[in-house]
Amino acid sequence: MKAVVIVFPGSNCDRDAKVALEAAAGRPVAMVWHGDSELPPTDLVVLPGGFSYGDYLRPGAMASRSPVMQDVVRAAKRGVRVLGICNGFQVLTECGLLPGALLRNAGLRFVCRPVTLRVETVRSPFTNGYRRGAVLQMPVAHHDGNYFAEPATLERLAGEDRIAFRYMDNPNGSLGDIAGILNERRNVLGMMPHPERAADAVLGGTDGRALFDALAA
Amino acid sequence: MKARVLVMPRAGVLDPQGKAVAQALAGLGFESVEAARQGKVIELELAETDPAAAEAALAAMCERLLANPVVEDYTIEIA
Amino acid sequence: MSGPNEEHGGLAPDEYARVLEILGRRPNEVELGIFAAMWSEHCSYKSSKKWLRTLPTDAPCVLQGPGENAGAVDIGGGLAAIFKMESHNHPSFIEPYQGAATGVGGILRDVFTMGARPVAILNALRFGAPDHEATRRLAAGVVAGIGGYGNCVGVPTVGGECSFHPACNGNILVNAMAVGIAPADRIFRSAAAGVGNAVVYVGSRTGRDGIHGATMASATFDDEAEQQRPTVQVGDPFTGKLLIEACLELMGTDAIVAIQDMGAAGLTSSAFEMASKGGLGVELDLDRVPQREEGMSAYEIMLSESQERMLMVLRPGGEETAAAVFGKWGLEFAVIGRLTDTGRMALSQHGRRVADLPIRPLADGSPEYDRPWTRTPPATPATISPDNRDPMAALRSILGGPAGASRRWIWEQYDHTVMGDTVGGPGGDAAVVRIHGTGRGLALTSDCTPRYCLADPVEGGRQAVAEAWRNLTAVGARPLAVTDNLNFGDPERPEVMGQFVGCIQGMGEACRALDVPVVSGNVSLYNETNGRAVLPTPVVGAVGLLEDLAARTGMALPGPGLALVLVGETRGHLGRSLWLEAVEGREEGPPPPVDLAAERRNGDFVRAEIRAGRVAACHDLSDGGLLVAAAEMALAGGVGAALRSPLVDAVAGLFGEDQARYLLAVEDPEGMLERAAAAGVPALRIGETGGGALTVGGRSSISLDELRGLHEAWMPAWIAGG
Repeated sequence: MKAVVIVFPGSNCDRDAKVALEAAAGRPVAMVWHGDSELPPTDLVVLPGGFSYGDYLRPGAMASRSPVMQDVVRAAKRGVRVLGICNGFQVLTECGLLPGALLRNAGLRFVCRPVTLRVETVRSPFTNGYRRGAVLQMPVAHHDGNYFAEPATLERLAGEDRIAFRYMDNPNGSLGDIAGILNERRNVLGMMPHPERAADAVLGGTDGRALFDALAA
Repeated sequence: MKARVLVMPRAGVLDPQGKAVAQALAGLGFESVEAARQGKVIELELAETDPAAAEAALAAMCERLLANPVVEDYTIEIA
Repeated sequence: MSGPNEEHGGLAPDEYARVLEILGRRPNEVELGIFAAMWSEHCSYKSSKKWLRTLPTDAPCVLQGPGENAGAVDIGGGLAAIFKMESHNHPSFIEPYQGAATGVGGILRDVFTMGARPVAILNALRFGAPDHEATRRLAAGVVAGIGGYGNCVGVPTVGGECSFHPACNGNILVNAMAVGIAPADRIFRSAAAGVGNAVVYVGSRTGRDGIHGATMASATFDDEAEQQRPTVQVGDPFTGKLLIEACLELMGTDAIVAIQDMGAAGLTSSAFEMASKGGLGVELDLDRVPQREEGMSAYEIMLSESQERMLMVLRPGGEETAAAVFGKWGLEFAVIGRLTDTGRMALSQHGRRVADLPIRPLADGSPEYDRPWTRTPPATPATISPDNRDPMAALRSILGGPAGASRRWIWEQYDHTVMGDTVGGPGGDAAVVRIHGTGRGLALTSDCTPRYCLADPVEGGRQAVAEAWRNLTAVGARPLAVTDNLNFGDPERPEVMGQFVGCIQGMGEACRALDVPVVSGNVSLYNETNGRAVLPTPVVGAVGLLEDLAARTGMALPGPGLALVLVGETRGHLGRSLWLEAVEGREEGPPPPVDLAAERRNGDFVRAEIRAGRVAACHDLSDGGLLVAAAEMALAGGVGAALRSPLVDAVAGLFGEDQARYLLAVEDPEGMLERAAAAGVPALRIGETGGGALTVGGRSSISLDELRGLHEAWMPAWIAGG
């Protein structure tokens, strides 16, 4: 698997994603600067967590308009896999690859804690290493992770089996306890929890590793 | 010319910040507060003299960046 | 504001006389502003330096002691840990969010200025009484501000402490510590070199914010404090993050000769320090300083404390490299001057010379005071006759009240897992951060017990160092060095100065006995309002090394069937204890004495046992003594414990705060007791783990569910109560 991690100004989980991907894939992962107009040939694009553009205006808004994102959208339409974690999920909703929006947490505070997730679908290249209904633990760390979409969109997501993960202890007020969703073609995943922070036993958990292993397989 | 863009959470979208403002005001004894909505104001200076052209440019800015149509509405004021 | 004399820009009359002597003329407004800032308490340490010199600062591991932006120690593998702690007390009281945020930004700059990638943030917070009208707002704002900055720049906030006391009603204490890692042979310093080299400005534009910050931090508050709001700086963590990345990228080239962040007293202090350390002169053209507002005066440009700004001296030809790097990161960059051989700081604006000062005499002439001080009288022993019948009632009020309740509400607002190296986060004795890409780690903690320092500054100073050292030991780390943040009231009051002198004496003794030098630090004086000072609070931040992350331990009880062993001698000292304060509402008596030889002996024993893999869990005993420690270990692991020993029949045994003690969970207690006896270390088998409750002497019990409920409930309920 060839993978790249996009670096926006203010990304801060770019290195973490690279470390987890390289451990799974056994080969170097390239970092791509947001100002580049073209992606190198790749099978997977990761939009990492962080505070691109300081979360100013709206989280993910300015990053989603950066030059490289036009090529990421084109690549996604060709079937290249795109994984957006935390701020990366916000970028994906802002650029329209995923529906809905991520609003300020219902509690209004930044929240960093381990959350319990349920795997809702294994029908995706990201989640096919899990069992359906499996319960996972991963950290969240965000201020704006409160998933919102119109009722029709929510219904469609559920009907098309596009909800990847739900919270069992909703930390942010997300509608339907949604923690991660897929696009129609199932090659784009956005999720608020951080699988890359749960891929190393010394850090207290390895439940995220199966996601990277599945992508590398 | 100067312009001002108001971006507000769309009706029906949960606005936890507005809710907190309303609660805080009620807590301060302002009992007449029934609801509050919190949005943002963006002031722009444009090198443009034609109001119609400015209005069109501003609408494009709102659609492409300043507001997120999924959850926000915008209004444009030109000074 | 009161304190420094307003007449001569804040200088005392004799200080002003020295200015006249140095210049041979009257200073203009800009020059006077520069003198006042450089000679302020904040920048010159004029009341404290006589005493700071008595602290030990050297050891084989020290690569950089006090005097640079931060201290540095060798951590092996060709790497250095670079760290410092700094206060942002006054700004945080005036505007808690921005004050705390810019405090974090400032301490991060101190660390990456030296070439280190920041890897961890800690903070030590002291607020007023929970029921004081301002405390909720201040606490919520400070916590949000620390998170707002640290989370955005992506450096984990891994530990800290928070306490409440009415003495902080008018002056909160907000101390932040940053730790970074750099190649040991690529540490950057601030001494300028190379006549003719370019002086370069990078980062945010200069505005009118924060003017007088250094002089404000050198004065006490009166009720006018609210009027000071416009002087508070606003943080921009996004630009802060870009500055980190850009500076580290440029440091990978050979473009930089010297680098200094613009902190207190902004451009004045950074330009002055660089030239002074290099024994050179500097010429600046203020028209070239990137400015946010029109019509700024030279005085405003020189004294602004706008955030996220750095000053560098570049090698010839380095300008193009720097322009490319800063351009990539979208940061403003300007050559604002050159180094000269004149030994003078010459400033021009609009083609006019606006200041011309000799650097050496200004530095050498920096005032130093031997302020009168009086030794704190010994505390009268407290008469205590505790009710020994129901220790769980006391435990409930300690763990369910402001002093002992869980701080989860605070640290869940901090991203403590970003960077993927947090092995042990908040809530333990010391945080543990992996050295990226290795199997080794740094242990980090900050500590101070102000109520001890108030009753006996010398003992309190010893205890602050000893407890920090003990925290590192309790995870299995070898303590390397400390940084300090000395928060006190008005040094012009002899009793306050006496607290300062006493604490320094105690800290110095402990640092020498425990082999931990002080490599960096910060002094914050004048923390008082209307004559009421904060408790003497010499916060100690400590860094230790774990050679093998596999040979470490934490405080969580891992399972049932383990023996609990108490290491260290228990005498049942209840004076100044949390029990006396929380249960009896009394702040009386002397603090527990610190026996530094016993600290060393007991700690070295515990560390060796942990490294040998013989310890399943370990927690140092501090606030609240044995029973609080046992409860915290049980809650952290979700495993109960039963304490059985004559020791636990009395409140003094359960809640006494005797020092140099640790509670360990082990598989082989007999072996440990034998080894302890051989080492001359007191150790006692005191109970075992298991079940879903905490039980004392078989007679008194509380379920972990109830304990967890009350431990976690206090802080969210208190904040919501506003």
